[in-house]
Amino acid sequence: MSGDGQGRRHWFDDEAGPVVRPYAMTRGRTTSAAQHRLDLIALVVTEQHAEDPEADHSLSPEHVDIVELCRDIPQSVAELAAELDLPIGVVRVLIGDLVDDEMVHVTRPVPPAELPDESILRDVISGLRAL
Amino acid sequence: MIFGRSERGKPPVEPVTLKILVAGGFGVGKTTLVGAVSEIKPLRTEELLTEAGRPIDDTSGVEGKHTTTVAMDFGRITLREDLVLYLFGTPGQDRFWFLWDELATGALGAVVLADTRRLEDCFAAVDYFERRSIPFVVGVNCFEEAARYPAEDVRQALDLDPGVPVVLCDARDRESVKEVLIRVVQHAMAYAAARRETVTT
Repeated sequence: MSGDGQGRRHWFDDEAGPVVRPYAMTRGRTTSAAQHRLDLIALVVTEQHAEDPEADHSLSPEHVDIVELCRDIPQSVAELAAELDLPIGVVRVLIGDLVDDEMVHVTRPVPPAELPDESILRDVISGLRAL
Repeated sequence: MIFGRSERGKPPVEPVTLKILVAGGFGVGKTTLVGAVSEIKPLRTEELLTEAGRPIDDTSGVEGKHTTTVAMDFGRITLREDLVLYLFGTPGQDRFWFLWDELATGALGAVVLADTRRLEDCFAAVDYFERRSIPFVVGVNCFEEAARYPAEDVRQALDLDPGVPVVLCDARDRESVKEVLIRVVQHAMAYAAARRETVTT
C-alpha cells in the first residue's frame, strides 16, 4: 500500500475496494465453496492419490506446500496458516481449491453448538492428567 | 517441521480435534499459559482486517493503511494419536470481537485469565462467554507481586454465577495449567449434563 495515502490509488477506483496483496495468491477470491466447513481446527488430509502435486501446473507453490505438509500428518487450518505464514482467509481459499481438485479432504471437527461425546471429554481429562 | 515419511499406502490417522480458548486482558499471560502446556512453541496465525475493522479503527494519520493484521496465538497438545487439543489465545483487543466468534464456534470451553490488579480487563471476556453460554473457568494468574485474594472474593468482584469455577493458577507452571484445563473440561461436562437435564424435564 502507498505510504502517503494517495500515491498509487488511481490504479483502481473506490468500487474495487483496497487491493490486498496476499489475496493475489487466491486470484482475488476471498471465499470458496468448501469454506463453510473450514474451522480453524479442521484437519486437512492429503489424499493418497495426490502423488505429485508439482506436476499439476494449475497449482500454485502454496497449493503444493499444503499438499506436501498434510501428507503424513494431518494439519489444522490454523497450523497451515502459521506454517505458510499466510492469513487464515487466504489459506482457506487455497484449501478450498484443493478440496475441489480432490487433492485433499478436510475432517469435520465436532459440530458447533454440540459438545463432543462425554466419553471423549473423559479421555481429554485423563489425557491431560497423563501429560 | 520434519517428519519421516510414513509407509506408502497407509492413510494417516485422522484425530478428533478440540479447542479451548484462553481469554483475558492484554498482558495477563495468555500466551504464557498456552506455552506452558503446548507441545509446540505457540504459533501465530494472522488474519487480515480490511472493511470489518474500518468503522472502529482510528486510522487518522495513517490513512494510507487499508489493512491491519490481528494475531492469534495457539498451541497444540496431542493427548492421544487420535485426540488433539488446541489452545487458542484470543486477540487482546476488544474490537476484534468478530474473530472471537470464529474462535468460539465449536469450542469445548474457555479459560478467562484474570490479574487481580486489573480485574476489570477480563469483564468483557466473562460477558462474552456468559452471553453465548460457553462454559468457562476463571483462572486467577497469581503474579508474584500482586496481593492474593481468596477465590471467593474474585467470584464476587466478577459477579460470577455460582457454578463457574474460580481457580488460582500460575500461567508459567505446567502442572498448574494442566489443572486449569482439566477444570474447564470437567465444567464443560457438568454444564452439558445440566443442559440436557433442562431439555428433558
